[in-house]
This record gives sequence, structure tokens and C-alpha cells, in this order.
Amino acid sequence: MAYPSDLRYTKEHEWVKPDGKGAAIGITNHAQELLGDIVFVELPKVGAEITAGKPFGSVESVKAVSDVYAPISGTVTEVNRELASSPEKINQDAHSAWMVKIALKNPAELNSLLSAADYEKFVAEEDSH
Amino acid sequence: MVDFNGWDMPLEYPAPGGIVAEHNAVRTRVGIFDVSHMGDIRLEGREALAAVEHISMNAASRLAIGQAQYSALLYPQGTFVDDMIVHRLGEDDYLLVINAGTREKDFDWVREHTRQFQSTVRNLSDDFTQIAIQGPRAVDLLQKLSEVKLSGVKFYWLTRGTVCGLPDVLITRTGYTAEDGFEIYVPGDEKTSAMVWEKLLQAGKEFGSAPCGLGARNTLRLEGKLPLYGHEITDTINVWEAGLDRFCKMEKPEFIGRAALEAAKAEGLKRTLVGLEMVDRGIARDGYKVLDQSGEEIGWVTSGSYAPFLKKNIALAYVPPPFRDPGSTVNVEIRGQGVKARVVPTPFYQRPKRP
Repeated sequence: MAYPSDLRYTKEHEWVKPDGKGAAIGITNHAQELLGDIVFVELPKVGAEITAGKPFGSVESVKAVSDVYAPISGTVTEVNRELASSPEKINQDAHSAWMVKIALKNPAELNSLLSAADYEKFVAEEDSH
Repeated sequence: MVDFNGWDMPLEYPAPGGIVAEHNAVRTRVGIFDVSHMGDIRLEGREALAAVEHISMNAASRLAIGQAQYSALLYPQGTFVDDMIVHRLGEDDYLLVINAGTREKDFDWVREHTRQFQSTVRNLSDDFTQIAIQGPRAVDLLQKLSEVKLSGVKFYWLTRGTVCGLPDVLITRTGYTAEDGFEIYVPGDEKTSAMVWEKLLQAGKEFGSAPCGLGARNTLRLEGKLPLYGHEITDTINVWEAGLDRFCKMEKPEFIGRAALEAAKAEGLKRTLVGLEMVDRGIARDGYKVLDQSGEEIGWVTSGSYAPFLKKNIALAYVPPPFRDPGSTVNVEIRGQGVKARVVPTPFYQRPKRP
């Protein structure tokens, strides 16, 4: 799997796509592979504050429930409503199935996230355990 | 792979493409499961029937040779040691198929409580590789590999015959998926097991078969409301609460647990197993609390999941009897929030009658 280089990543398997003063957030292809068939997505409402490192939603597959952690802090400006009725979009194309868009509180937080190459290395190490 | 009671087992297989695909292969075509983790206890001898009748809540005396029945081993309190399928293999020859996680406990229990009878008890759990072939096309798949006329074996009956060139294989028309299907018991050595598994996968291709892991096994049995030890049935749940009345034969003069069940029946039910369907968004999971409209805790979820064939979020739960009627509404506490659910008739899924 090639991880898109215009995204930034976390060790909790979320991705961030910066876009000016905002960013889109989703979970990585590796995360969807670990979860299996995704059947339910719970997301915050527009206007909600999310905080880096804290859960802001959850994803459920047939076999597991998993929190989704905010990679960066900000205010939710948009929620991907399509995921409520078609959560399988995440399985089909994790890196385009964004969950929320936020207005960044502190753009400098982006610098602490992993590059595609670093994330790929992290996943490879995790897999070898 | 996951550790399941000491067995390294797949939750799902790579090829079919997930639990949902495996599940629906069984509902519409056929799935193949390695269920070798199940335990097998053989009871033989002049008083084998009396021994089985003493430890089993169902009536083994009603079994013809070649017939099987669902039953359970009970504690004197009327609660569950385990559930099982009792197979009558011969005149005084019974095979009890039990759960993986309770194998040693069950074997010790059976041996201990049948000492007074002239019968031998053997733990054959490691002798067999048990494979389940399940789904509407199971009979067609297995028939390609067997000389036995399988259409002549009725549901919950068994036979012996050649499978994959192996002589005298035990073939039972049983399963844990709420579909038609078979379970076969072949020699447990690796070479034979792998040969049979491969042949089944090959023979299944024309039917669109799928190898199925523990994930699909769980969602399939949940749709069919088939109980799972440690969830719907435990050492603190009795037969009436679990709703397994029709497998418990109180007309038998004696079996372990009978007296307590008689007393429990007179007292009335404190809780009962019901089926829930989520009304609001959310999936009830094992162990989640069930609340009434005022937020008071009234019970708990024993099993819950997205149901891949029904495409609904369903659960089984213990609640007080006033909430048992279909249409009653309760809340399930999901991550601190009460999420509305409705009591529905069970089983959630029943296989269509086929000619």
C-alpha cells in the first residue's frame, strides 16, 4: 500500500489532510484492514471542539469497536454524513473517506505528525511484532 | 489469528473478503469451518444410557441409533456447566460434543458424575479434525466427496461413510449457523486434515463456497439465537432464564439440576433472554448495560453485533420478564449514552423451508 505523501499520519492510524487553515481527518488503510468490515461510524457534530490525542468518534467493524483519536486540535466545520449510511466507504478507500473537517486551532501541531514514509515504516515494524 | 481458549484460530480468512462476505456465503451458498477446537467425549458401556440421562437435561432415551439432540450439562443449581450435542452412535455408545473453552472442566464433570454407572468415559477431543460444511449448498458440496447418499440423512441425524477417500468417517447433519449443513470428523493428523480441507475448498468452488472463521461463526449463530457458553448460558444462568425449556425434559424422573429447576419454576422468572433490535444508531456489544426509560439498570447484553444478512444491529440480552414482550422498548448504554432498542421476536433469522 502506498500512503499518499500529501497526508500526515499518527501512530493511532489516523490521517490528516491539511488544507489552508483547516484539515480533513480519517483513518488509514492499515486501520481499516485491521478492523475488517466497517459497519458503524459515530462522529461529533459541527461546532464540536476536538483535542489532539483525545477520542472524537468511534468506528465499529463486525468484530471490534475502536475509538478514533484526534490527530490535531480544532473545531469541527463539516461531518461526512455519507459514512452514516455507507460506512463501508472506509474499507473501499480509506484515504479519501474523510470523517470530519476541522478549523485548526494550532497549525504547528501538524509538524508533530508522521510523514507517509515514516508511517509506512511504523506500520511495517508493528506488523513484524 | 486470535487465541481462542488456547487455539490459534482465524477470525476471518483472507480470500472471501471479510466476515460479512463469509457470513453471507453461508446464508446463500456454503461455508466451510474448521471447528476442531470442539471437544468430544465418548460414553460407552452397558449403562451408558443411564449415565447420559443422569448428566444431560434432554432425554437421551428418545434417541434412535444414528440420531442427535441438543442438550446441556447442568450444575445441581440448574445452571450451566456447558451445552452440548448428544449423538447416539450405537446401542450403548454416545458421543457428547462440547465447547472448546470448557473441555477439561466438562470431561472431569462427566467422568466424576458417571462413576456409579457401568460405562467408560473417554476424552477424544484431540483425535479428530472436525469440519463444518454449512449452508443451502452444503449437501451438494459434500456429496461430491462422499459415497454416502447424504440427502437421506435428516437434520440432527448422523451416519458413517467414505469422505475424501477416508473410510468410516462420522458425518452428522448438524451445525451452529441456523442453516442446513454437515459436520464431519476425520483423523486429526495434520496431513489428513490438510488434505480434507483442501479438497473441500476445491469442491466448493463451483458453489461459491467460502472458508469461514470465528467471526462469521459468531454472527451466524447470533442471527439464529443459538446460545454461546459464557454469554447466554453461564454457571449463574438457569435453563428457564435461557429459554431452553424445550430441550429440558422435566418428565425425566432424575437428572442433575432437576430439583433446582423445579423449585425455580415454582418461584417464577427473575430475568429472561430476549432479542433486541437497535432503533437508534449504535451497536450493543457483549456486557453493555440495558436500562429502562428512566435510566435504571435492568439487565445486560450477552451478545450483540451488526447482523450481516439481516443488515440490522441486533443483540441478545437478559431483562426482567415485564420487558419480554416484542415491542417493548429499552435503552442500551453505549459509551455512556442510552441508545433506544426494541424487543423483537427471536430467532432473528430462520432459514427458509426448502423442498
